[in-house]
Amino acid sequence: MSKDVQARRNAQTGRRRDTETPEHASGHRDARWSTLRRAHTCTPRTGLPETRTDAAMSELVPEPRPKPAVPMKPIGINPNLLGYIGIDTIIEQMRKKTMKTGFDFNIMVVGQSGLGKSTLVNTLFKSQVSRKASSWNREEKIPKTVEIKAIGHVIEEGGVKMKLTVIDTPGFGDQINNENCWEPIEKYINEQYEKFLKEEVNIARKKRIPDTRVHCCLYFISPTGHSLRPLDLEFMKHLSKVVNIIPVIAKADTMTLEEKSEFKQRVRKELEVNGIEFYPQKEFDEDLEDKTENDKIRQESMPFAVVGSDKEYQVNGKRVLGRKTPWGIIEVENLNHCEFALLRDFVIRTHLQDLKEVTHNIHYETYRAKRLNDNGGLPPGEGLLGTVLPPVPATPCPTAE
Amino acid sequence: DKEYVGFAALPNQLHRKSVKKGFDFTLMVAGESGLGKSTLINSLFLTNLYEDRQIPEASARLTQTLTIERRGVEIEEGGIKVKLTVVDTPGFGDSVDCSDCWLPVVRFIEEQFEQYLRDESGLNRKNIQDSRVHCCLYFISPFGRGLRPLDVAFLRAVHEKVNIIPVIGKADALMPKETQALKQKIREQLKEEEINIYQFPECDSDEDEDFKRQDAEMKESIPFAVVGSCEVVRDGGPRPVRGRHYSWGTVEVENPHHCDFLNLRRMLVQTHLQDLKEVTHDLLYEGYRARCLQSLARPGARDRASRSKLSRQSATEIPLPMLPLADTEKLIREKDEELRRMQEMLEKMQAQMQLSQAQGEQSDAL
Repeated sequence: MSKDVQARRNAQTGRRRDTETPEHASGHRDARWSTLRRAHTCTPRTGLPETRTDAAMSELVPEPRPKPAVPMKPIGINPNLLGYIGIDTIIEQMRKKTMKTGFDFNIMVVGQSGLGKSTLVNTLFKSQVSRKASSWNREEKIPKTVEIKAIGHVIEEGGVKMKLTVIDTPGFGDQINNENCWEPIEKYINEQYEKFLKEEVNIARKKRIPDTRVHCCLYFISPTGHSLRPLDLEFMKHLSKVVNIIPVIAKADTMTLEEKSEFKQRVRKELEVNGIEFYPQKEFDEDLEDKTENDKIRQESMPFAVVGSDKEYQVNGKRVLGRKTPWGIIEVENLNHCEFALLRDFVIRTHLQDLKEVTHNIHYETYRAKRLNDNGGLPPGEGLLGTVLPPVPATPCPTAE
Repeated sequence: DKEYVGFAALPNQLHRKSVKKGFDFTLMVAGESGLGKSTLINSLFLTNLYEDRQIPEASARLTQTLTIERRGVEIEEGGIKVKLTVVDTPGFGDSVDCSDCWLPVVRFIEEQFEQYLRDESGLNRKNIQDSRVHCCLYFISPFGRGLRPLDVAFLRAVHEKVNIIPVIGKADALMPKETQALKQKIREQLKEEEINIYQFPECDSDEDEDFKRQDAEMKESIPFAVVGSCEVVRDGGPRPVRGRHYSWGTVEVENPHHCDFLNLRRMLVQTHLQDLKEVTHDLLYEGYRARCLQSLARPGARDRASRSKLSRQSATEIPLPMLPLADTEKLIREKDEELRRMQEMLEKMQAQMQLSQAQGEQSDAL
């Protein structure tokens, strides 16, 4: 067989280790195969067994990955029956699609003013995505009622585009009388669900419904060192059933290690005693693997005690984000100093998709079911609630004369 | 050569008397919970006043109202005894709805004034217990951006009744620039809202330049940004220091570059303790007394005064403010009044009888 055909067949047979190349392969080809493989260690790519040129194929040399044991058969004898099918390439297809379309993520921050909400979000996404101006001396007055301010940005990393919306809630908990100050927030969240629901029930639906639902709500707890404040309890009680709440201990550089762990324990206990389920909720763990991973996070790490900063300092020859005080420099990404890195990994690197899924499959569905029930089983718009019905065309009335 | 009379020794005599009498000082600490108030008090006076304190959980605090707690401790140093009373205000600023949560505090301060006024106007003035609040340390949160609406409301309610020293608690949350900006903001806000905090008096013109400079520096650092700690940290430095140990360094409580604890301690305890008491007595208490008496003197202005039997008193007696008296006291006063009236009636009857007797004798004589 010609070299080309052989190479094509080898690509077809998929990602196999050197030892598994077919008997016909010469040592020379093996060497070429392995060098090509090394060249592509950064991203996994599938070898799509379609008509491609040889050059293109060599580009698409797949990464060696541990595969389920498939008995190796010599090429030429029914390669499609007991060989590699290729359904695991679906991951790569999804990845490509996602890269093309990009995805939405909406994060809300709630807490008293001055707890570093905007700084933390800027630090999380390493860009100025929150409404905060870079100077400390903000001249803004505390608003008299809770306002909802949503700011959207498109950020890109590694070819992946994210449309990030940060929803800020200035005025929360800042007044003398904070009764029901969570109501505007609850209303906003429900309004987003309503918007999505309306789009869903439309006869002519958009291909991709814009998703403005709040996927994640970071609640900032003041580091008093004692326990939660009554307002914290009230807010989380009302909203934990409506949105994913991730409690976060703000400005954690005022607590020593012992104080931090005592405070976290007390907060966890109080949340449990009051029946508040923060994300990741126990009831939505899908399998044992999820459960053990999330249990560890729920019982040991959360709530994350974080410090945010948008200034860089020189530490040990590196430039790090931190806060410089006369007694030392607090490094934001140093796990010995604070748990910012844990929060970032949790929200962005491991549980981002899960946050969206729980929002869609559970919180949104709960809202939808409630709305349908309220409307007598009919989708909203058909009758009483909400939407404007299309105007009835004028029909000539038979005049009784 | 001027003759030596000897009254230069007067201060020493005063000193000896005061030392024998001892000092008492009432300090109030107010502010949201979790700002390090108790720790600071313990650090300032090197005691452990809050050993038996129970911090309630958040769910219990949902329905908690503000209470006033008093804790007393006797401190002795260099032969001088100080009876220190610390007044605490747990529950302040905790609830979801904090409207009027400062009213119990205002009422408490006024009650102490009323008590003193009564004692002063009473008969036995030898051993008046001075329970008036001499100073209020108000704790401002380092996490906010200046004074919050609750802070402003509280300060406006009490600034004419007690010496206020504003303090920024847990100041190790702030970098130096942030501390300066926050202090500036708070000073501006205090001026804007016309809140009168305690003014440290000007130092005498004959003090040396160093002292004056130090004094000016201390005044500039109001509100004091403090960190409290009773734990001693041995971090390999030259000597063990009181401080807070973090993974990135140790905050030293008594280091003036780290926080203003030393300044606060100096101004509060070492130099201005007596002045605080004097201002409380001469300015704040007198103001209260004047207001009180003025309102009493106005006829019908106070229902209680018009209803009270004490209004029918002679001009020589000093009008006392009517307090919400306990029932037994009221009874005693009423009985006293009855006795006096009966005595008056008896005297009148006696006078009449004497008169009629005299008239009778006269008519008899005729």
